[in-house]
Amino acid sequence: MSQLRKIKKSNGEIVSLNVITEKRPLKVKNFGIWIRYDSRSGTHNMYKEYREMSRTDAILKVVEITDNESIRRPYIKQLVQKGLKFPLPHRSANPGKKIFAHSRPSTFA
Amino acid sequence: MADIEITLASWKLVEVGRLVLIRRGPFAGKLAAIVEIVDHRRVLVDGPSGEAQKIVPRHVLPLAHATLTPFTIPQLPRAAGTGPVKKLWAKNEIDGKWAKSSFAQKTDKAERRKNLTDFERFKVLRLRKQSRYEVQKSYAKVRAAQ
Repeated sequence: MSQLRKIKKSNGEIVSLNVITEKRPLKVKNFGIWIRYDSRSGTHNMYKEYREMSRTDAILKVVEITDNESIRRPYIKQLVQKGLKFPLPHRSANPGKKIFAHSRPSTFA
Repeated sequence: MADIEITLASWKLVEVGRLVLIRRGPFAGKLAAIVEIVDHRRVLVDGPSGEAQKIVPRHVLPLAHATLTPFTIPQLPRAAGTGPVKKLWAKNEIDGKWAKSSFAQKTDKAERRKNLTDFERFKVLRLRKQSRYEVQKSYAKVRAAQ
């Protein structure tokens, strides 16, 4: 097995590739993912939860932001509360405007 | 001490049933209802409007691409399917309410003005001049009476 793993990329070949299709792609789901990764100081085991529509999206999120420990269980827990609602304070009224402007935008919208 | 009346600011909330106006992306300018909150930056929206060209398919929308509207579908169940959303959408007359809102009327007007021919633009110019003339006349009368 160790020899198999050590094989060079040039000598190996991809044996199979499967597209992971979602059973219910229009439903928001919570995914729990156990990760083991090697950092500079050693190997770490980690558990994180992600709220996504598909498994592939969740894994993509893992790859994007590993080493960021913020998305744990308590974070997802507050999103699955009953009757969740929150305002969006401090936003520009006209999204998609230019970066620079001669006057400060109104953020009360 | 004088009594100071404090009224809380009425924020439009990100909640299930809230109608959002999509400002960016392929469905820009269309209306959709929040069906479920994915996280603090994204929501699942669905816009089964009665008019075919205004339909928004069910998808995840970043809140940065949306503007909250004052309208809601009250008591929309969380993660309701497109069918029930469509039923409640029709029952709450969302299309009619939206068409009456000042934002929709302004965008409609701008759209219509954009598609006018040269002669029609000229007609608009003349009609605006005429109406302005009438308004100024009545003002002049008031000023003369003072």
